[in-house]
Order: sequence, then C-alpha cells, then structure tokens
Amino acid sequence: MCSRLNAASRCWGNDVRLEESVEIRAARDVIWEVLADAERHPMFMAGLTRWDVQNGPEMRCGTRINMRMKVGSAQVGSLIEVTEFEPSADLAWNSVTGIDQRGRWRLREVGPDRTKVTLRLAYQAPGGLIGWVVDQIGARDVRRNLRRSVESLKDQVEAGVGRAPAPRAG
Amino acid sequence: MARDEALPELLDDRDPDYIRDTLPAAWLLATLWHRAEIRGLENIPESGPVLLVGNHSGGNTAPDTFAFALAFASYFGVERRFHQLAHKLVMASPGIGAFLKKHGTIEASHENAETALNAGAAVLVYPGGDWDVHRPSWQSGRVDFARRTGFLKLAIRTGVPIVPVVSIGGQETLFVLTRGEALSKALGLHRFRLKVLPVSLVIPWGVTVGDFIPRLPFPAKLTTQVLPPIDLKEKFGDDPDLDEAYDYVTGTMQTTLDVLASERRFPVLG
Repeated sequence: MCSRLNAASRCWGNDVRLEESVEIRAARDVIWEVLADAERHPMFMAGLTRWDVQNGPEMRCGTRINMRMKVGSAQVGSLIEVTEFEPSADLAWNSVTGIDQRGRWRLREVGPDRTKVTLRLAYQAPGGLIGWVVDQIGARDVRRNLRRSVESLKDQVEAGVGRAPAPRAG
Repeated sequence: MARDEALPELLDDRDPDYIRDTLPAAWLLATLWHRAEIRGLENIPESGPVLLVGNHSGGNTAPDTFAFALAFASYFGVERRFHQLAHKLVMASPGIGAFLKKHGTIEASHENAETALNAGAAVLVYPGGDWDVHRPSWQSGRVDFARRTGFLKLAIRTGVPIVPVVSIGGQETLFVLTRGEALSKALGLHRFRLKVLPVSLVIPWGVTVGDFIPRLPFPAKLTTQVLPPIDLKEKFGDDPDLDEAYDYVTGTMQTTLDVLASERRFPVLG
C-alpha cells in the first residue's frame, strides 16, 4: 500500500488531461481543410493571444508554432511542433519549449457528411506541488477555451467558412 | 541567440530552470492575490536588447515587478535573457539577494545595465528608484522620476529602444504616508544612497518607519500597460536634448497612467 505522501506525489506528478468533442455536419476532408491551414486557427481557437507560425501556413510534420493562451495573469503556452499529420484524421503536436504540453485534433466519421471532432490537450506546469495547484486552478479556463474552440470550429465549418481561402495578413 | 563573446560574469547567476520552477508561485500570487493584468507585451521587440523603463510602485516588495517578470517569462520564454536592476541594499539582503540573482536581478548601476544590454538582454529599470517607489499612496497616479536622466543616456549610448512599462495598483499594496526624506537626511542615511525613509501603514505591523521588514501586501489589483518602443535618435536626432526626451518619455507614460487610473473605481479592489 502506498503511503499518503507517495500518493500525493503521484497526484501532483500527473499532467492535466482535457478533452472536448463535437459532432459537425460536414465531411472529414472539409474540416481538415480548415485544420491544415495554420493561419486559420486563431479564427476558431478561443483564448489565443499569440499564434506565430514559424514555417507555415500549411501544416505538416515539423511545423513550429509559438502559441500562448491567457490563463489568469499570464499568457502561458509553448513553442509547439507538429508531430503527426494524417490528412482528414489526426493532427498532433508536442511542446519544444515553454509549458510541457501535447495535443491532438482527431476527426472520425460518424455518418454521411457527419464527423466527430475531438480536441485533446495534456499539459503540466513546472514547480511540483505548487505547479499542480496552478494546473487545477487554470484548468477551468483552459477547458472553457477548448469547449469554445470546438464549438467555434463547428459554427465556421457548417457556415461554409472552410471552403473559402483564409484571409492573409498584408 | 548565439554570441561570440563569453557571457559577462555579472550575468552568470541568472538561472532559467529556477525561474521556470518558480513561475507557478508567481502566477498564484499575481492571479489570485493581485488579479494582475499585463497588457501590450507584443509591443516589446521579439528579440535583441531593449530597455524597459517602468514607474516603480509598491515599496521594496514591488509586486508589480514580480507580476511583470512572470508575464515576460511566460510570453517570451525563460530562455530569453531578462535582467532587472535593484538597489544594492535589496541585493545585499540575506536570502532575498540570492533569490533575485537567480531571477536575473543585478545591482543598479549604469555600468551593469550597459553590460546586460550589450549582452543582448531585455533590461528593466526604474529611473525613479526609491524616490518613486516610496511616493505617498495618494500620488499613485503620478510618474515621478525626479528628473533623473541616466536611463536616457544609457539608451542613447547603447542605441537600444526604450519600451515604457506603466503600472498602477502597487502603491495600494501598502499605504505610504510620507517619503520621510527629511528623516533620512537627519539620520545620515543619504550617505548610503537611501534618500528616503518612508512612513507607511502596512499589514500586520501597522505604522512602520522604513521599508525593511517583511509584510503582507494589501491585495490590490495590479494593471500594467506596455507601450510601443521609443527610438530616441529617430525621434530627437543623433544628439537628443535630454530635457526634451525626458519630458516626452515621462509625458507618454503619464498619459497612459492617467488612463489606467481612470479605469479604477475603488482603492485596492481596482
């Protein structure tokens, strides 16, 4: 049997894992068209304060993005790198610097022109027990942002935004 | 950023891993206790040396400095070299000095600031120093650098842009009744670069003379606005008039501080 101290250590050693899903009335490739364009993400990702694509705009394995999200008094986030790019199926990333995080967009067909879209994010603040406390407090904001993001993606795709090219800066 | 020259010894103590591990504690303090808001970080150039010039508030605990340092490290990453200048008495304090050194704080002097800028760092200075940080709390909305122009000479000499950092709320984390400059002079403290000996109302001690003992800051809301960079040579020519440049920089900061002050509806609560 683990001691209480060990149990607590394990507890704050765990990362925060969040997942939000939505069903979109569109084919997978239509949704993928939006997700595969890095410059579109600020249009549906809620809470983003920074999204600098370093080698875009098309996503591919190795694309790096400096992203931040407002959580409490700080804009927290990481330099992330795309690690999986399976068209119309999976887009995953890992952090390179900043907050340790990994995330995934997952598209699965549930019927003709109907797709289940899942957004997963796992992250862990540094700093041991205090970092764990911060994770628990901040998770409320992050979860809300993820929920709004999938809902915003659904609204935009179903409104036909995915079929138009993204506006380019300049 | 790779550099050809070895890092000056002065800057050796900064420890990015240590900063990273202490960010959550700073986040808790800034978010829950001070409801801190840091706006305009995107105005800071993405890389290269920059002179961040702030108005100084909150006594020696300077909570808005911690909130800004948290925001800077979160936004740009702990990898970006960031140094803050502090009074030598603060740096000499047991425990506190070592803690601050790991965060990149160095003793305030023109030479040290120049060394850090030449190493490509972002450097945060408070030209008003102890005079500004211990201004009476009812002068919270006033930028007062006592016409010190060293920061301007530093920016001109090194050719780095000035980025103003304007904060409000720090002066409500304690209530400074008077700077006590006459008291400091009478006791001869000015010989130790201590021009003030503030009399303040603080938790839990009540009325204190000086700002040397630990205290609990009032949970005042902190708001900081970072302004766009000012290139003095571009604005005022190759040989800028210091009075003109001083009035421009402090005037710009005062205008912003007036706006921030107008947003506050209640003392401490913000």
